[in-house]
Amino acid sequence: MTFTLAALGPALPELLLAVSAILLLLFGAIVGPKSTDTVNGLTLAALFAALVLVILGPSQATLFGGAFQVDEYGRFLKVLALLGAGGTLAMSVDWLKVEKQSRFEFAILVLLSTLGMMMLISAGDLIALYMGLELMSLALYVIAANNRDSVRSTEAGLKYFVLGALSSGMFLYGASLIYGFTGSVNFARIAEAAREPSLGLIFGIVFTFAGLCFKVSAVPFHMWTPDVYEGAPAPVTAFFAAAPKVAAMAVFVRFAIEALPNVVHQWQQIIVFVSIASMALGSFAAIGQRNLKRLMAYSSIGHMGYALVGLAAGTEQGVRGVLVYMTIYMAMTLGTFACILSMRRKDGVVENYDELAGLARTSPVKAFFLAALMFSLAGIPPLAGFLAKYYVFLAAIEAGLYTLAVIGVLTSVVGAFYYLRIVKVMYFDEPAPAFEPMPSELRAVLAVSGLFTVLLFVYPAPLLAAAGAAARALF
Amino acid sequence: MYDWPILSVVTFLPLVGALLIVLMIRGDDEVAQRNARWVALWATLVTFVISLLLLFGFDPSSHEFQFLEQKPWLGDVATYRMGVDGISMPFVLLTTLLMPMCILASWESIHVRVKEYMICFLVLETLMIGTFAALDLLQFYIFFEGGLIPMFLIIGIWGGKRRIYATFKFFLYTLAGSVLMMLAIMAMYWQAGTTDITALLKFDFPAGMQYWLWLAFFASFAVKMPMWPVHTWLPDAHVEAPTAGSVILAGILLKMGGYGFLRFSLPMFPEASAYFAPFVFTLSVIAIVYTSLVALMQEDIKKLIAYSSIAHMGYVTMGIFTLTQEGIQGAVFQMVSHGFVSGALFLCVGVIYDRMHTREIAAYGGIVHRMPIYATVFMVFTMANVGLPGTSGFIGEFLTIIATFGRNSWVALFAATGVILSASYALWLYRRVIFGALEKDSLKGLLDLNGREMASLIPLLLLTLLFGIWPQPILDACNAAVGAIVARADVATEAVKAAALVLP
Repeated sequence: MTFTLAALGPALPELLLAVSAILLLLFGAIVGPKSTDTVNGLTLAALFAALVLVILGPSQATLFGGAFQVDEYGRFLKVLALLGAGGTLAMSVDWLKVEKQSRFEFAILVLLSTLGMMMLISAGDLIALYMGLELMSLALYVIAANNRDSVRSTEAGLKYFVLGALSSGMFLYGASLIYGFTGSVNFARIAEAAREPSLGLIFGIVFTFAGLCFKVSAVPFHMWTPDVYEGAPAPVTAFFAAAPKVAAMAVFVRFAIEALPNVVHQWQQIIVFVSIASMALGSFAAIGQRNLKRLMAYSSIGHMGYALVGLAAGTEQGVRGVLVYMTIYMAMTLGTFACILSMRRKDGVVENYDELAGLARTSPVKAFFLAALMFSLAGIPPLAGFLAKYYVFLAAIEAGLYTLAVIGVLTSVVGAFYYLRIVKVMYFDEPAPAFEPMPSELRAVLAVSGLFTVLLFVYPAPLLAAAGAAARALF
Repeated sequence: MYDWPILSVVTFLPLVGALLIVLMIRGDDEVAQRNARWVALWATLVTFVISLLLLFGFDPSSHEFQFLEQKPWLGDVATYRMGVDGISMPFVLLTTLLMPMCILASWESIHVRVKEYMICFLVLETLMIGTFAALDLLQFYIFFEGGLIPMFLIIGIWGGKRRIYATFKFFLYTLAGSVLMMLAIMAMYWQAGTTDITALLKFDFPAGMQYWLWLAFFASFAVKMPMWPVHTWLPDAHVEAPTAGSVILAGILLKMGGYGFLRFSLPMFPEASAYFAPFVFTLSVIAIVYTSLVALMQEDIKKLIAYSSIAHMGYVTMGIFTLTQEGIQGAVFQMVSHGFVSGALFLCVGVIYDRMHTREIAAYGGIVHRMPIYATVFMVFTMANVGLPGTSGFIGEFLTIIATFGRNSWVALFAATGVILSASYALWLYRRVIFGALEKDSLKGLLDLNGREMASLIPLLLLTLLFGIWPQPILDACNAAVGAIVARADVATEAVKAAALVLP
């Protein structure tokens, strides 16, 4: 097989991101701290260009002997990941500047991490998967400690790194077992070889799933999440909560469905357990939290549990449910973090939810959108969060997972309590002093995600069709 | 009938009113508040007038759905479908009728955040009408559950002292019941391949599945109704809600439970309904007797009426699960009548609360001397609440008890004691509040009903008396639709009996 440059075409978005990261790093290193604004702008431009390339690019291609695959599924999730990364980067620029944590490396690390996500989403074998996972994670470890003069931020970075390295090790161990027992690292060939469950294969599945559960922060591998979310600077937390979750969930689903379709009953039990545990922990543990970032950490653990309900079904319906769920989850998360990032008074940033007291009177529009997002996170119709839950549970019922579904919806009632409490603080309590005016990029993100959440039910057909087409690509 | 989508117009017109308030009215000064009130009043009035057209175009002899509308919506999973039959139509009209009165009742008593208040009520109206007019299960669920959001805000923002406790309890209780119904809806979708209510009404679910589905729907409707023992959210919510909120709760939201039983549980799971009927009878009788006794001991007027509402809903569930023509018609009648009567009673409480800012029974006494018109109006509604012949309250209770007597005379006996108990608490309340000497100084400056209050109470008074003497319109309207339910239930009952005979 001769190699031509044109054959790399399907990987053009990834190549673009890689080249821009290198060039921007050189540029930043030469020009110094003055370059921050330029680097930020160019990074956003690169992410946007990659988005365009993904949308215009081919819908079906395989590269590097099957290690890198482009399909509808990957395109759908890459669009999500790029939107998430671009959105959070845009939101963070102003915040970091005001907090004097602005560095040109931040945008480049976000870019590299996004590149890792794209690789992860496109991974067609275990090695590519691991490479993408590490590229994504290493960049994340560093930006968790972005505020390097703060003990909490550096602690968050270190904690994330140590636990992340442990989970990577587990994943590698599992991957080597799977390779040993099936004779291949390629997903398609693993699927062929793994027709009958063997002990070694099951061990491999358990270890790889443990590693992936860590990345999506599903119970019992969630311990890092609250501390890292709380310790990291708020824009970084927003970034953690959105795009990497989407990418990790994407590869989790792809790996389970593409590589292990014949041993569904083996891994289904694991996912059912992890899902129930995540939903329950996410609902109950968040009740005691006052810090909004920590609360969002538990909330995201719970939401990963709901998304995993779709994977547990192991069907095309289920995968569609996961995709719809992740899209809506990301929109809600970005909107919520736009509000959290705007919680700033003259004397500094605040993070406790009681600071939102009376927001409905000091800034009614923001309060309306945040309330809509909270109701949506709680899964109350007609908001988008309800549709998200609807599609994953629909798949679970189809697959006959009744216990999972019943426990899932009941925990969502428990979870509703703490989301409602935020609405209560905003609408029922006496106003606290107003926040500083919201920067325009935060307004834009909040408005887009708020309107998406409120109005999705009017015309959800395009999202459902896209998610349906993406899910079909895996089967 | 009409070549324009009348049901969608009726449903979404209040929402248009809410949008007008959002877009047109700025600020929170006197003028803005007045404008918000007027826009809301006009929106609800116009909605009511248009909904009257339903009455003229409606054909009561048919049990089919009428004014059908259909649009693609959620792809393969659900379609936007609207339509009403003889069971849902009275509720749609009840909703549109009560809404202008709620706006009037809030005219002066609400003076903070008026704009938001009116928006909440208009959105709530859309969701309530949609619940009754939806012909798609998922669409029904969205309307049914969506109503929680505005109600949560109404109780939480404009409620009394313990409003936060009450509104959380209301929200979480109702949500917990409903999520199970959502799973049942999904299971029905996979079984029948559609969420179209008209198709599901003809679909025969396997008997084993029916029991589970019935229980899931029951969880939701029993909380909403509310039935003993999951009724405890209602007294709290009623006491803390502003007057208009109580009117909506008692007048319409509770009816959604009864409507749900009639629309889903009975015709879709007839075998399970026949099987569980004794269970529902037991709960209903406990509710009737127990909550009536509790009502006797209340010191807060609103709480007393709230408990009496639960007792009256007991008659409704009892009547529905007799699975007979007169029982179900009686239940429908009782629900509509209770919508007028309890709504009016809460309005009456609101009238004196606006003047005195207390709902304690002990704070009143002898106000007939200052408010003779009020005393008369309040008496009529008290009598209707007791179920005095000549008022609409009588017809519903009478029909449901007759039907129950045919099924189980013990249940009927206990239910009838409820009538006596209701006379005790209602008349005792009336005596303590209205009669006696006017001794308290605080009451000596009371003024009688003003024009606005009359405008909201007199129509309800006339309707209560009219339907008490001439119940035909409501009974005729639902006759055919109830007949279809009963026919289906009879087939199922026979099947259950046959199965019982086959067993050794």
